[in-house]
Parts: sequence; C-alpha cells; structure tokens
Amino acid sequence: MTKSAAGSLLYLDGVHVSFDGFKAINNLSLILQPGEMRAIIGPNGAGKTTMMDIVTGKTRPDSGDVIFDGGIDLTRHDETDIAQLGIGRKFQKPTVFESHTVWDNLELALNRNRSVFATLFYVTTQRDRDQIHDILETTRLAARKDELAANLSHGQKQWLEIGMLLAQEPKLLLVDEPVAGMTDAETEETARLLREIAKSRSVVVVEHDMSFVRDLDVKVTVLAEGSVLAEGSLDHVSSNQKVIENYLGR
Amino acid sequence: MITSFLFKALDRRAIWVVSALIALAILVPASNLLLPSDSAFHVSNFTISLIGKYLTYALLALALDLVWGYCGILSLGHGAFFALGGYAMGMYLMRQIGSRGVYGDPILPDFMVFLNWKELPWFWLGFDQFWFAALMILLVPGVLAFVFGWFAFRSRVTGVYLSIITQAMTYALLLAFFRNEMGFGGNNGLTDFKDILGYDIQSDTTRAALFSASALALAASFLICSGIVRSKFGKVLVAVRDAESRSRFIGYRVENVKLFVFVVSAMMAGIAGALYVPQVGIINPGEFAPANSIEVVIWTAVGGRGTLIGPIIGAVLVNAGKSVFTAAFPEFWLFALGALFVATTLFLPKGVVGSFSSAMAWLRRRTAKSDTPVAEPTVRAAE
Repeated sequence: MTKSAAGSLLYLDGVHVSFDGFKAINNLSLILQPGEMRAIIGPNGAGKTTMMDIVTGKTRPDSGDVIFDGGIDLTRHDETDIAQLGIGRKFQKPTVFESHTVWDNLELALNRNRSVFATLFYVTTQRDRDQIHDILETTRLAARKDELAANLSHGQKQWLEIGMLLAQEPKLLLVDEPVAGMTDAETEETARLLREIAKSRSVVVVEHDMSFVRDLDVKVTVLAEGSVLAEGSLDHVSSNQKVIENYLGR
Repeated sequence: MITSFLFKALDRRAIWVVSALIALAILVPASNLLLPSDSAFHVSNFTISLIGKYLTYALLALALDLVWGYCGILSLGHGAFFALGGYAMGMYLMRQIGSRGVYGDPILPDFMVFLNWKELPWFWLGFDQFWFAALMILLVPGVLAFVFGWFAFRSRVTGVYLSIITQAMTYALLLAFFRNEMGFGGNNGLTDFKDILGYDIQSDTTRAALFSASALALAASFLICSGIVRSKFGKVLVAVRDAESRSRFIGYRVENVKLFVFVVSAMMAGIAGALYVPQVGIINPGEFAPANSIEVVIWTAVGGRGTLIGPIIGAVLVNAGKSVFTAAFPEFWLFALGALFVATTLFLPKGVVGSFSSAMAWLRRRTAKSDTPVAEPTVRAAE
C-alpha cells in the first residue's frame, strides 16, 4: 500500500486487468479527493465500465492498488462489502426493482442494517419515512411513490436509481452514462440532480454526451485503451493533441 | 419484535386462510368421528386420509413457493427434504413397533434382523423418543439445505444450473437410500407401523388427529411464510429474484438471503413429509424420485407462484384431479399432467390464483371506468 493514498477518497495505482489476453485496463492510475466530482470520458472499449467493475468489486484486478478512503484495500472485498463501505453504483441501463413500488425501492436502499434478521423484524421509523420523503422530493418522484417501478418512464427510472443511491448514503457515487436515451429536458434535470448530490459527496460520472459533461463543469479524465490519456478541465483536455487523435477527432 | 412480525403476517387474506384451515382441522375430524356414517355431512375414513395427504402436499408446495415464487430459486429437489422428514418420522414409527415385528426383536426393526445385523446403527439411536425424531424432522432437511445452499449460493450457482444440481441431489439420495447397507430398509423402505405416541396408528381417532395436525401445520407455516414475505426481508427476496446483482450493489448479502429462505423452506418440506408418512403408512426411496420434485413445481405453477394461497390451491386441485383421473383413465394421467403444465405455462402464466386476481382487478377497473369517463391508460399498458 502506497503512502500517497492517504487523504484521498479513491486511489488507483498501476491497475492491470486482462480478459483472455485482451488488456482491458493497462496501468491505470487515478486519484479522487473527498468531495470531488469527476467526469470520465473515452471512446468505446476504453475501460470505463471495467474501471467501475474494479472499484465496486465485480472484477478483480490482476495487479495494482485500489484503495478507498485512504486505507481500505478494495481488492479484498466483494460487491456487498464495498456497497456497505459506502460506494454506490448506478448502471448504464437503469436497474430498479420493477415489481416493487417506488417507495419500497427507496426503503430497500436505505442505509440500515441489511442482515437477514434485521430485515425480517424491521419496522419503518419516522426517520426512515422522512428520509424517503426527502429523496422523493429531490428526485421529483413524490407523486408516483405508490406506483410500481415497472410503470415509470425511462428517465424516471434513472432518477429512481439515483434516489436509491442517495438512500444508500454513499461517500462515493459511480454513475455510468446517466443521460443515455434521455430527452433534453430530462438531461438538464439529471445534471441538476447530480450537481446537487455532489455538494455532499464525491461523484464519478462516465459519460459520452459532451454537452452534458460541459454542463457539469468539473475536472475531466480521458481514458483510452485502458489507461489515462489526459486529465484537466474540459477545455484543457479537448485541446490535447493525443485526445483529439484518439477520441474527439474521430 | 416478534409481535410486529406476526402483526404484519396477519393481513386480511392471511386471517381468512388461517381461519379456514383451523375450521377444517376441527370440522372434518368432528364430522368423521361424531356424525353417523349415513349422514350427508359425514366424512368417510377414506376421504379424511385422502385430504390429509393433500394437506401435506400443499405444505410441500407452499415451501417450494417460498423459495421459487419469491426468491427465484427453482428447486427441483424439494422432494428430497420431504422424504428426509418422512424417513425421520418413519424411523420413530419403526422403533415404536418394538417386539411386535415379524421377528419379535425388541430393538431391531425387521429388516435389520433379516439382514443379520446384530445391533442398531448409531444413526438410529434416539429415534425411540418422539422429541428426538421431531427435532430430526427439522434438523436433517435443514442441515442438508444449509450445506447444499452454503456451497451453491456462495459459488453463485443460479438459474437452470442450480435446478440441475438440486435434481442431482435428490437422485443421489434416491440411489443411496435404495442400498440395503445404508440402513434405511433399502428398496422396501419403512412400513408396518403400529403406534404413534402410544396411539394405534390405524384407529379412527389417530387418523383424525393426524388430519388436524396437517391442517394446523399448514396454517402455522402459512402464517410464518406470510410474515416473511410481508417483512422487509420479503421485499429483499423479491429484489433478489428480480435483480440479483442490483441487490448486491445496494449492500445485501444475497447468499445469506437465499440460504436463510432455503433452509426455512427445507424444514417446512420436512414437516410435510413427517405428517405424510403416518397417513399413508409407508416411506420408501421412491419418494426421492426426481419426478416427484418436478410434480411439486407443477402444483405450484398451476396454483400460482409468488402468491401464498396459490401453491395450496394448486396442490389440492392437481392431486384431486390425479385421484379422479387415475381411477377413470389410469394410463393417461401423465399425459394429462404434462398437458396441464404446458397449458398453465401458455395460458395461465400466473397460475389459477394469479389469473383470478388479475381478472378481478380488470373487472374493478372496468366498473370504475364506466363511472368516470377518464380512463387510466398507463395502468392498462402495464398489464
């Protein structure tokens, strides 16, 4: 474990992953400070989703350090542990519990004791109800709280999923292409939601939509072929010659 | 804590089902024992043991539905837990025979004398006590389910692969129990029972008591299942069924969720088997047959999985159908069963109960719509 991880929220150093000889992640290094919001862009196959898989415990790296909160080695934990440590993840395709109501989806996501017996004898408290109401307001889903999640529109499902992440109260949020398939109005609303969330926690957003990234107005990391190509403000990276060749120019 | 669990378990529908089962547990035996046999309301000895058997099947189907309908674990080996519960009860009943067996040995069951065994194998010790047998009825299926589930769920074996290894499990047990050296009576199994808890197993009152016990066991299990599925844990079960990896990323330990519900379900299946054996008078390795476990899946599917009443109705309907059909056209029963499964899958994917409640909801919406001109198009689209 490296000393430089101290003080950072997420620290990746020299991470390698290959699938059947294909190097998905190649010497990837990335540091995220507490409270920071970061956008990650890159062409298809650059390793953006694989990076999220590594951080959330779905994929084990072949080598390299993945350190959370200055000292926790994430490669030793599985998805459940990592979620409980405080890393939330939103998938590209919205995944909510379709046969549960919006309310139940949020209740399930609440950051409470998740053991078998605690859930078996769980009683909803006023505090839980207040928290769910707050999230319903933030995600503008209050009017649909008793609706089955299956009946929501695509955009509403995305917001519900973001709301579930809020209920988890994570320290770090990983968001994979939150505006794919959204209308312009929904995209704007989502940017507002993410900026709101970023006030109180760190967020990593993977996105293809350049105007959305510009809207977020945060530090950008460009990935290509499994490693970092450039890092800095959007204007800085988009003037980088390598980035233009690799990504923007195409 | 426990009270809030029970309070949640008792919604209106659960109260109905539990009351109906308790009424059944009182009225049927009463009419069998008290009414004269020429009365119109008299329930014959044949009927009482037939329905008693159906009730144990219903309990088995309920147990399967808890894991399949709510958690998406399609177990094709639940017959194994049923049979193990049955064997535990059978062993108790064998030891109650005592010296009344054909060979008159006070300790050893007949088949052991026949095989020239000199003393009781260690795993038969304790089964002369009812409390010990009762404990084993829960523990043996529970421990098997725990060990099996521990490895299967931890290795993330899901879907059809899990179904296949549950079939393999029950088949392996079938082959093992067929062997005489196993010490469970081999091919013939355990039979010729005389007493249960000191009462003659053939007597009318004992039959009536076993019937009541089956109905009450079903009612108690229904209540427990209802409590489980209506708790937050029940919502987690459905969440795991619908989006397993999402549940992991939210922080639920999916393998523990599955393991808990699988063990509870196996214990219920064991109780069902234990109540079945004294009512039919025999337990043999045939109960481990893979086809038996598949039949349980059919009962549950026909009744409606993912509802708690569905499997009970399905088990009774299909088995009543089987009783009628096998008497009228014995050679066609398997075709009828197959056709029933195909028809259910194609036309009643939610089973009898699920389709019934959909139909009711549709009717209610129609009447509501004729009252108010503004329709709710989103709700219909979601159907």
